[in-house]
Parts: sequence; C-alpha cells; structure tokens
Amino acid sequence: MSGYTAVTPEDLELMLAAIGVESIEQLFDGIPAGVRLDRPIDLPPGDPEQAVYAELHRLAARNTSTEDELCFLGAGMYDHYVPAIVDMLMSRSEYLTPYTPYQPEVSQGGLQVMFEYQTAISELTGLPVSNASLYEGPSAVGAAAYLAKLANGRRRLVVSRGVHPHSRETLDTLAVGYGMAVDEIALDGAATDLDALRAALGDDVGAVIIQQPNFLGAIEEVQTLCAAAHEHGALVICSVDPLTLGVLEAPGAQGVDVCVGEGQTLGNRLDFGGPSFGFFAATEKHLRSMPGRIAGETTDADGRRGFVLTLQTREQHIRREKATSNICTSQALNALGGVVYLSWLGRRGIVELGELMLQRTHYARETLSALDGVSRLHDLPVVREFALRLDAPVDRVVERCAAAGVNAGYALGRSYDEYSDGLLVAITEQRSRADIDRFAEVLGNAVAAECALQDAGVTA
Amino acid sequence: MSTIPEGGATAQQRERATTIFEKGAPGRRAFTAPPLDVPAVDGLIPARMRRGEPPLLPEASEPEIVRHYVNLSKRNFDLDSGFYPLGSCTMKHNPRLHERVAALPGHARLHPLQVPRRAQGALELMFRLQEALAEIAGLPHVSLQPSAGSHGELAGVLLTRAYHADRGEQRTKVLTPDSAHGTNPATVTMAGYEVVKVSLDAAGGVDVEDLRAKADEHTACLMLTNPSTLGIFDPNIQEISAIVHRVGATLYYDGANLNAIMGYSRPGDMGFDIVHFNLHKTFTQPHGGGGPGAGPIAVSERIAPFLPRPQVSHRPPDNGGLPTFHLDYDRPKSIGRLRGFQGNYGVLVRTYAYIRSLGAEGLKEVSEVAVLNANYLLARLRDEVGEHLPLAFGERCMHEFVLSGAPLKKALGIRTLDLAKRLLDHGMHPPTVYFPLVVEEALLIEPTETETRETLDAFVAAIAAIVREAAEDPQIARNAPYTTPVRRLDEAGAAKRPRVRQAL
Amino acid sequence: MAEASYPEGLLYHPEHDWALVDGDIATFGITWFAQEALGEVVFFDPPEVGSSVTASEFYAEVESVKAVSDVIAPLSGEIVEVNVGLADTPEAINEEPYGGGWMVKVKLSDRSELEALLDRDAYVSGLS
Repeated sequence: MSGYTAVTPEDLELMLAAIGVESIEQLFDGIPAGVRLDRPIDLPPGDPEQAVYAELHRLAARNTSTEDELCFLGAGMYDHYVPAIVDMLMSRSEYLTPYTPYQPEVSQGGLQVMFEYQTAISELTGLPVSNASLYEGPSAVGAAAYLAKLANGRRRLVVSRGVHPHSRETLDTLAVGYGMAVDEIALDGAATDLDALRAALGDDVGAVIIQQPNFLGAIEEVQTLCAAAHEHGALVICSVDPLTLGVLEAPGAQGVDVCVGEGQTLGNRLDFGGPSFGFFAATEKHLRSMPGRIAGETTDADGRRGFVLTLQTREQHIRREKATSNICTSQALNALGGVVYLSWLGRRGIVELGELMLQRTHYARETLSALDGVSRLHDLPVVREFALRLDAPVDRVVERCAAAGVNAGYALGRSYDEYSDGLLVAITEQRSRADIDRFAEVLGNAVAAECALQDAGVTA
Repeated sequence: MSTIPEGGATAQQRERATTIFEKGAPGRRAFTAPPLDVPAVDGLIPARMRRGEPPLLPEASEPEIVRHYVNLSKRNFDLDSGFYPLGSCTMKHNPRLHERVAALPGHARLHPLQVPRRAQGALELMFRLQEALAEIAGLPHVSLQPSAGSHGELAGVLLTRAYHADRGEQRTKVLTPDSAHGTNPATVTMAGYEVVKVSLDAAGGVDVEDLRAKADEHTACLMLTNPSTLGIFDPNIQEISAIVHRVGATLYYDGANLNAIMGYSRPGDMGFDIVHFNLHKTFTQPHGGGGPGAGPIAVSERIAPFLPRPQVSHRPPDNGGLPTFHLDYDRPKSIGRLRGFQGNYGVLVRTYAYIRSLGAEGLKEVSEVAVLNANYLLARLRDEVGEHLPLAFGERCMHEFVLSGAPLKKALGIRTLDLAKRLLDHGMHPPTVYFPLVVEEALLIEPTETETRETLDAFVAAIAAIVREAAEDPQIARNAPYTTPVRRLDEAGAAKRPRVRQAL
Repeated sequence: MAEASYPEGLLYHPEHDWALVDGDIATFGITWFAQEALGEVVFFDPPEVGSSVTASEFYAEVESVKAVSDVIAPLSGEIVEVNVGLADTPEAINEEPYGGGWMVKVKLSDRSELEALLDRDAYVSGLS
C-alpha cells in the first residue's frame, strides 16, 4: 500500500467477496497471455517523499536559473516578476484539482475565471471574441492558420521571417496536415519587407502571419501590412507580446483579424518552457470557427447570472471530424494566473510597466551599443527587446558573461544564418539601471577579451 | 434526501455573480512599478504606433483581488474536496509533493533557452523520464514535446504520415472505432486524413471482421485504446495488430486508459507503434480546471526517425567536455516542431517525482487497485440498482465501466442527466455522461485507485437513494440540483446569443 | 412543438427532411423527428441563394447545444430563397418545423426525383 491508495487486508477481503473473485489477479484474466508482461516493470523501487524531494532538489541545483544569474535572455519567454497572489491562487484546491467544467452548476468558479480571462484578452488585443486559452504561443499561431483555412478555403500561407522561429517551424509541421503551403517573406532591415509581401500575395493566400514586436524586437508597421493583406482577401494573423500592449496600439484597432501570442509573461513562470498558455482572439465573424473552449454568460433556472462552456459544437467531442480543432484542454490554470496578473497590474499598471520597459530598453541599447566591438543590428523602434552585433564570436562572449554571472541574451545565429554575429537582449521590470550598467561592464570585458584573442591569432 | 430541500438558497447563492471588472474603482492599484531610474526620453515610439486609451483592465487593491478570487473558488467543486468519478479522465489524487518540487527555483525559474551546460539538471530529468516512459510503454523512443493528449495524437498521425511518405506511399484513411473519444476524428481531419469508422462487436471490442474488410492499402493507421472507453480489454488485440501491420499501416495507442494495465501489459508488446501518455490522467498532473497537461509519445524503432525536433539526448562521458545531456536538433527526417521550446517541463517534473515515488511496484499497484475499485463499485451498483442501471457490456471491467440509463428512463422517467444533477446535491461529482456514444444514456464511471472503500460505498448509497426517490417522485431529479451555487443553466441561450466577455 | 406531427401534403425524405412542392418551386425543412432528436436548435447556417443542391446530399447544418446535424436535400435544384429569420429565432425549427422553421426554397431541376420521396404514411411507418 502506497501513501496514495488505501486497501487494507480487511478491505481487500470484503471487496473480492463482493466482486465474486478470489484474487486481484483474476481481474486481469482478460489480458491474453501473449501480451502479458511476465516480469516486473524495469524501474527502480519507489522512494519516500523526503528522498524524492532530495533528488528533485539535486537536479534543480544543476540548473542555472534566473535566480542564479542576471538574465537578459528573452526570445519568446521573459523573466518578469510574478506576484505572490498568483502562486497562492493557482495552488488553491478549488482551482488546481477540478476537471474541465462539464457540470457548470458546480464549476462557476472556473467558468467565471474563463469569462474574465476572455474579457481581459479582448480588451488587450482590441478584438471582441477570445477563447479560454490554447496550449502556448506557437501552437496558437498554428491554430489560427487552421481557422483561416476554414474561413476562406485558400491553400497558401505567407509568414514573415520576423515571426518567432518556433512559430514558423510549428506552422511548417502543421501545414503538412492542413494541406497548405507556407511561404516566407524576407525582412528588409529588421522589419517585414512590404514589397516582398505585396509580391507574394495573391488570391490563393489565405492568411498573412506577422509578429509584433518581431523576433528582433522591432515594431512592425502592422496597419500597413494589414491593408496590403486585405486588398487580396487574406486574413491577418498577428502574434503579439501581451505586455507591450499598454504602450503599443491594440492589434484589433490596426486591422488584425486574429491575434494570438504567448501568455507566459502574464503571471506564469518560465518553467524551462512550459506549461504556459496561448491566447487567441478574433473578429466577431470568426466566433463559430474559434478553436478551444469558450465560456459564455447565461442565466439559471431561477434567473441567476451564471456561466457555461458554450459553442461546444465547434469542439472535437461533438462535431468529431468537422471540428474546428482537436484541442480539448485549454490551459485553465495558467489562464487563471494570467487574469489574476492582469488584474494585479491593472489599467494603469500595464501602461506604467510598458513605459518603464520602453525607457530602460532604450537606455540599455544606447549603453551597450556604445561599447567597443558592439553595435546595433538595427535602429528600428523597440519596446523591450533589441538586437546587437558583436565583433567577436557570440557564443564565446555569452559564455564569458555567464561565467561572470550574467546571461547576455540569445545568440541570433542559432536561428538566423544571416545574423551569426547577432545577440538578442531582453529587458523586463526586474532589470534595473544598475543591472544594465553591470551587464555593460561584463559585456564590454567579454568582447574585449575575445577580440584580444582574435587579434593574437589564438584559435577557438 | 427524499424531500425537496426547502428554502435552500444560501447567502452565497443569492449573491449575484460579479466579475473582477465590476469591482475596484478608478485609482486603486495592487502593482507598484519600480521607479524610473534612467533618463526619460520622448518619441521612442512613433505616435501612430502608440496605444490611445489604456486597456480597460480592473483597478483594484490586492485585498479586493484576493477576496474576489478566493470567494469565486468556493463556487467550484474539486477533487481535493470530494469524489470525482469521471470516466476517461482518471481523477486520481494530486500529490502535493509535486507542487513543492515543481516550484523549486532551479526548475521553475529556468529559462527554456538556457544553454545545455547550465541546464543539466533539467535535461537529465527529461532524459530519465523518457527512459521510464519507454519502459512503461514497451517502446524505445520517446518525445516529451506534445502539450496534451490531443496534441500527442496529432503528433502520432503526423508521424504516420511522415512514415508513409518516406516509403513513397500516399495513404488516405485513418480507422477509428465507434467508441473512440471525440478527439480522434478531429485530429485525423487536421492531419489531412479521412476518418473511417470500425464497428464494435457484441462484446464491445473491435469487430475483427469489419476491420479486416476495411483495412487496405489506403489505410494509414488504426487508432485505438486498450482497454477501450467501455473499460474492456480487447481480447483480439494481437489479431487486430496483425491485420493492421499486414496492410502496412501503423497502430496508434491512445493512452487515456493506461491506468488499468501498468505492470500487466504494455502497448508496445500488444503491437502498437505509437503511444501517447496523458500525464494529467495516469501520472497525477493536476487537471487545473481544464489544463495544463502533457501528452508525450513513445514510438517503435521504425517510427523513431520522424519524432519531433528537438529530442533530449545523451552523450557518453568522454566526449571532449561537451555536456552529457543535450537537445538534439540533428534529425533530418523529423516532422519538425509541434510547439515552442521543449515541452511542458513543469508537468514533466511532477511526473518524474511521481514515478520516483511509486517505483515499479507502486505503478503496478496503481493498476491493481484501480481495477479492484472499479470492479467493486460495479458489483455493488449491480446489487443495488442493476435493474435500472445495467452494465452496458460484459460482466466485469478494468478501471472503468459504462452503465446504461435507458431502463431507468423507461421505468422511472428520469434520464442520466437528471441522475447526474441530483448527485450534485449529494456532494459528489457525477461520472461522465452521454459518452461513449454507442451506449444509450451512458454513465461512464472511473473511481481510480486513490479512493477508499468507504467513499465507493457512499457513492453507491447516493445512487440508490436517487433511484428510490425517482420511483416516488421523478420531478425531484428533473429539477435538480438545488443546493449548488447556481441551478440548471440555459445552455441553449448561451449558444444562440453568445456573450463571451463582459461589456465594459 | 410538443406533439409529433407529420402533415399530409408534404413529401418526405428518409433522412428526416420534408419538401412542399408548388409548381417548380419546393420548400425544404426538417421533420418533427429530426428536431426532437436534436434538441433546442441554437444556430442554422443557411447556404447562399443561387447555390445548387443535390437530392440526398447535405446542403446545410443545424446545431443544437450538443449536436450538429447535416440537413439533407430531398430534391435537386437551385436555391432561390433562404429563411433569413432563422438567424434571430433558430428555435422556430423546433416550434414550427413545417411552418416558420422552413429552411430554403429551391427551383427544382429534376421532377422525376419526386417519385423517390415518401408520402406521409410511408415515412411515419418507417419511423417505428
């Protein structure tokens, strides 16, 4: 008997008698001999809680987290401060342990949270309908492409090279199943090349996919890109960084048809990449094609206000092969974190946070690009992330910075051959001016040391 | 409870539901921004790109936010609080150790793009978990990337597609039994295949003759779960596997029912090529009200080249100083990525802790007690209410079973739905209702191994009481529930004129 | 509509659809049996005027809270009118399946197809 089961010898005797068998073994008689496992599972024996804790602690100690170093690494997930109330609420039994709300009378807590979350996402994105969340950012981009396929039946997708590499790769994988072709639009400088986009558009293009700010941190001309796409009847799917939406114009106000994105920065931990959530909002006409769960407001038999999962015929379990997606979970707990975080930030807080990041990002870009051997990769407006060029091998510079306790950022060469000397640097409200100054010192030393090695003809 | 509750409504019920947007007041705040410590510069963003009005988020203090969400939570029934026998969902206890270890900063605050040298703890955990899942599945190669069961299924069908394409074949159909979870057909369509249904035989297993007739050179895959959603282990699984492989198709295992067979049988040994696990079912990841979960997959040797990229891999110790555990992107035949980064690591941490806590014997015990509890519950219900709620197929079951409410409806005039709603008044969550579709007025019951005999007896007593009550007055169940925060809701109205956000 | 009803004067398709033929224009809808099986209808997405329908093939979908059903055309032809009122009151399909719940009007292309349809008694006897 483990700590999680409770069958005593007395229980067992009683239960076997009620069933009418002699042993538990008999209950497995239906498994044919040919597929029986005739040996124990080849895994170590179980350990008591204290030992398991110790092992997980030892594994944790071999990771360098954002607690252990000064982190300027972003590229899709960011080291923001998660307030304590998020942890507390996400660990409440009533939110942590129930299933999807199939019995709404006893699930008003979860359903109302979904409704509030949907409201918050609608507000942020400027689009009237939001679902209750999808798995994460890149798969939300993929889901949006499927919606475009259902909406206009066209077979080609056009995606900007400024969209996160993981989103582009996920799209490539899913498009095979959708029977759609994906074409990439080059960047001009560091923003989507409008001429290249216009050249790629045609009446077989179902959707144009862009990111705001793009992967290089640059703010795109979303309105202009939307206009070009709409001229040819294509939908615009925009993946957006939600914490920039206090200062940047809402995608819905710029003509975006479907707005998606990675929700990790909204009250969720880094967790080495997941779980988090993806958000998905769209114009009214796409409501019945939306993937995932949607909560709707209604009344009960006594006229009380209440909430239910609605438009369930879109979902896999009813329409089966005609479903708008196969997704039957949302990321309800992570979305709870999201709406609590947005409530905590509040109407003014999201603006203040955005302005703070904007100013510090500018300061960081100025300070770092003034260092010897460091220059800007582009000059476009940025909000919280920017790209630099280094005159020394980026991986080696990053390694030196790490040894000095600073995570310098993302080596762009890992995803973009054309930016092999590029470094992507992210700012959050947790990186103070003093942190940025320390980073500048460390980076300056690292680049200088590597340049000196190069000059001395020392090979890697 | 055989009388209609009087008065009934609690203060909380009378209180009208108000959202967070209806709370707070202009000027209130919970967040304080750190002070601006750099020079303020104008014009960093062109005016045309700037937001005009701030978004209409709430303005509330921390105590207001806390009180709102804490009170709201009390309108939820949850697994920690009571019995939750949802068939097909495996609502087993969520050990709290897992929350503690997942929250360790070394795991929780680790950036996904941290270089492998400084993420060896995480990569080792993932590698060891891959090995453990491979052993449990009986298939050697594992990807931890998929985010949920349905995501793992999509991966499986895309892997199938890649496998056939690599052999120069263009297959068009995926076979799935009539009792399959709704996810399967939707997944198939999204992967570009046509769904073909295979019938069930009288015992509730796959109709082997029908399968034989339908499986041909156009068949890409058969998607199955074993035991099935009827809770029955298909005795013909070896023949089914042979038929599928003879036509060159793949055999896919939906791991939703893995809780029934650990230590007794492995899908790989049954002949499956691709298996997905539901870490939020079998492996205790808390359901969170509908996510997060994770759906890792295990595959046979011939499918391995197509696994998603990256894979967590392992180098021998003497490799010139490179990190032992790393992310392998060099997979030329891979189907590519299915999502950002490498998967729901937080869920993987919990699963790893669970497997380390239970070990080989503990996992086997899970299945033994899951099956014992289900059969005990089945036997007791048969004794008490078997005439009105008979077992739909067979005599015994594995970890779950399906009753039909058709006789109940005919004899006493209450439906499975009414039974479920009345059960809410007894402080229990109902089983899954109206699934699988092949059973009329279905009630799919899965107690799991973490429930005590006393709880199972209490459930039986509640069902029996409701049936007795219905014999006297069916109206009571038809208008239930009475004691929950809201009563039956107008779902048709919500679908006709959807209101999916607060008007602000 | 509480009581099962299958009016005379209509032609019926075995997939639970009816046709009211008037010259070379026919009105289509679903029968009492179909709306009862669906439950309360919440949404009807009409096809476009001008599009064509083919006998025994689906031309639209009707949704209730829990289910979606294909609507089958009893006869072939070109759609000349759709019931736009159903956008606001889809429940008319339940309440007046043969009246206010009508779905489309079609200009028939092949009158010989009428012979394949069932009369009221034949349809009703097929239900039991």
